[in-house]
Amino acid sequence: MIEAPGRPQGPALLEVRDLHGWYGESHVLHGVSLDLHEGETITLVGRNGAGKTTTLRAIMNLLPRREGSIRIAGADMMKVPVHRTAYSGIGYVPEERGIFATLTVSENLMLPPTVAPGGMTIEEIYDLFPNLAERRNSPGTKLSGGEQQMLAIARILRTGVKIILLDEPTEGLAPVIIQRIGDVLMELKKKGMTLLLVEQNFRFARKVADRFFLMEDGHILESFPTSELDARMDRLHEVVGV
Amino acid sequence: MTSLDHTSEIRSEGTDGTTVTPDRKPGQRDLSTIGFVLAGIAVVGLLVAPFYVYPVFIMSVLCFALFAIAFNLLLGYVGLLSFGHAAFFGGAAYFTAHAAKVWGWEPLSAILLGAGGAGLIGLLVGYLAIRRQGIYFAMVTLALSQMIFFIFLQAPFTHGEDGIQGVPRGYLLGIVNLNDPLNIYYFVLAIFLFGFFAVWRIVHSPFGHVLKAIRENENRTISLGYRVERYKLGAFVMSAAIAGLAGSTKAIVFQIATLTDVAWQMSGEVVLMTLLGGMGTIFGPAIGAALVVTMQHYFASMDFPVTVMIGIIFVLCVLLFRRGIVGEAIRLIRR
Amino acid sequence: MTMIFGIPLPALLGQLLIGFINGSFYALLSLGLAVIFGLLRVINFAHGAQYMLGAFTAYLVLAYTGLGFWPALIVAPLIVAMLSAVIERTMLSRLYDLDHLYGLLFTFGLALIIEGTFRYYFGAAGNPYPTPALLAGGTNLGFMFMPNYRGFVVVASLVICISTWLLIEKTRLGAYLRAATENPQLVQAFGVNVPLLLTLTYALGAGLAGLAGVLAAPIYQVSPLMGSNLIIIVFAVVVIGGMGSILGAIISGYMLGILEGLTKVFYPEASNIVVFVIMAIVLMIRPAGLFGKEA
Repeated sequence: MIEAPGRPQGPALLEVRDLHGWYGESHVLHGVSLDLHEGETITLVGRNGAGKTTTLRAIMNLLPRREGSIRIAGADMMKVPVHRTAYSGIGYVPEERGIFATLTVSENLMLPPTVAPGGMTIEEIYDLFPNLAERRNSPGTKLSGGEQQMLAIARILRTGVKIILLDEPTEGLAPVIIQRIGDVLMELKKKGMTLLLVEQNFRFARKVADRFFLMEDGHILESFPTSELDARMDRLHEVVGV
Repeated sequence: MTSLDHTSEIRSEGTDGTTVTPDRKPGQRDLSTIGFVLAGIAVVGLLVAPFYVYPVFIMSVLCFALFAIAFNLLLGYVGLLSFGHAAFFGGAAYFTAHAAKVWGWEPLSAILLGAGGAGLIGLLVGYLAIRRQGIYFAMVTLALSQMIFFIFLQAPFTHGEDGIQGVPRGYLLGIVNLNDPLNIYYFVLAIFLFGFFAVWRIVHSPFGHVLKAIRENENRTISLGYRVERYKLGAFVMSAAIAGLAGSTKAIVFQIATLTDVAWQMSGEVVLMTLLGGMGTIFGPAIGAALVVTMQHYFASMDFPVTVMIGIIFVLCVLLFRRGIVGEAIRLIRR
Repeated sequence: MTMIFGIPLPALLGQLLIGFINGSFYALLSLGLAVIFGLLRVINFAHGAQYMLGAFTAYLVLAYTGLGFWPALIVAPLIVAMLSAVIERTMLSRLYDLDHLYGLLFTFGLALIIEGTFRYYFGAAGNPYPTPALLAGGTNLGFMFMPNYRGFVVVASLVICISTWLLIEKTRLGAYLRAATENPQLVQAFGVNVPLLLTLTYALGAGLAGLAGVLAAPIYQVSPLMGSNLIIIVFAVVVIGGMGSILGAIISGYMLGILEGLTKVFYPEASNIVVFVIMAIVLMIRPAGLFGKEA
């Protein structure tokens, strides 16, 4: 377990230990471990195929086979079936966003069931995302990439989860929208949300993340707080290859 | 291109999920040798069989085996499940029965007419059905064959529920008396072997290789410049014609052509024979046919409904035994 | 007497009514098929058998307990739905990861087992089922005489079709269903029990078939064979309407019933095959079906 100095002590909200994952015969995750404390935002960085998305999917139990230990608020998640995972207070915003084409914006928003008290109300969500309010009866297909990304985040916020996994939220979006998403994430942080971010764009990530985890070939190489990012920039370029 | 989950002798999976056609490994060569040896034994067995086993029974098996082999050409090698093959089998039976009985044609011409007629129906049905893929294709073939069923039901020449009875076996080419049990047996055996080798040749020809390529990756085959629809239609027509050959022969052997031959239950039975024996294998359909025909005879004498038996075997095969007998055997040998 | 194209008006309207009734059953059954196919991607060949089971349950319930049509209308579909849920849970669900053709083959085998068993015990002949007393007799509408029960069937089927459509398009549960059709994994990750949803969907489809069976009993008689020839016409209807489309199934069902009725009046020899001919035409012009989405 590679730990960075100066990190918050105490029990982690999301604790992953020695997580291994397979797609069929292919061993894709090799002993991934990380701790996520309440209110923290951490980000996984690495090049394509490093296993970042796979890690998120493994945490959500969407991988065909996984071994190791995953705990949320101390409770063991390994035996929990997929459709109960969300009820531990964890939400997932996938890379492809997953907006349902045959549902309207409003239906998409209402779809994920409430898993815990304390979720945002519809009014609060429409305040945070006014452009979604305008389009509430449009079918999901008619939204732009940025709007879809907002919707994908918004619908999770309704459910009352405390931990959100976001996979490449800024991918393919215009700088103005990226800025907007950054603002949203900062708002969420202020409200005490715990975020696990996967981001290629570490210039964006550094604005919201407290710690960075470097991944390569299904391994976590190292982690460090955002304050050390400039010092580690060469290493970052080496690993991410950008 | 969706293809059915079975261990074909040809494919194996690469680790990234793409299919790879392996070079001739030692295992492959053993398999072919075993295949040839078994085929040789089977042919010898079939040559002497009428002296030991009731010839009409074997002829029945041979006809259905040919039917299943024709069906498997489409299913196992192109990956298309036709749920209406009875239209070709039974249609040919009707054409042949009519030609032999009403027009007085000698048996070989009548049979060829039946097969040709089936091929023609196959052209029409295939032309419409090929427009869809996968399950849609199956549904369309089912519906079209039901339409053909109703056409045959109402057409005067089929005599509806009675069918065409008293079809003469006649004199083959005007010379050989097919009423002699040995004569007709070897005639049917010859037709079966011809059909079997025809399918074998098709599968191993350049045409057959394109079919396999279509089954494994249709888009890639299209991008290589092949007119995929034409190949599929060609395979469909061939499958229909050979199925017709089987039906025609059956009409001459049993001297009757009835609605049962064009009913959807018959379509279902040939699917079962192929599934049970092993889809996409050379010998599977024949073995499956032999088993199903045998079981039908056995259960018919008992008080157990044949339909239920067939249904149970279907369900068991789909749930537990998808590779079929030959498929499982190949897997065991390969280990 | 008024004549239309050489046919007396009452005869024409009578035939149209029959067509509308047949169409009601086509609509109900293709609706069930479309619901099941939409989410499970399974062509439920056993649908005809489930329809037959519904009718037989009503018949047997009457024979053994004396309970008549109205209780049967609730009991029979429930029984069919429950049995089908068990089959889905224990067997059909194992096939979802495979090529969809296996679902078709499994349900085909299931249909053979069910129908074969009933045929074995009850023979092939039809058994009459009495029209409910409340709906006996008929009403003179002026331009034609309408048997009350048949009028009820038409209204009931419309109500059922519209309710099902509303359920799927306008309710939360329907939203789960539609979303699960697109991306079952993600819907599960949100906390929706998709495997249960699949079971319920299959049960719903089967229940619809069973309900149609009860409605059919007083009209068509209860026979083990009643489902098997009907199912293939329903397949053709679903192909015409577009495989996953609920609306397509409903509209095509009614339309084709009426067309079949009209054909029977003007060109009776073709009435058996008109549905298939239309299917062939639709396949040439619009392979995805009239309301279908994918090609």
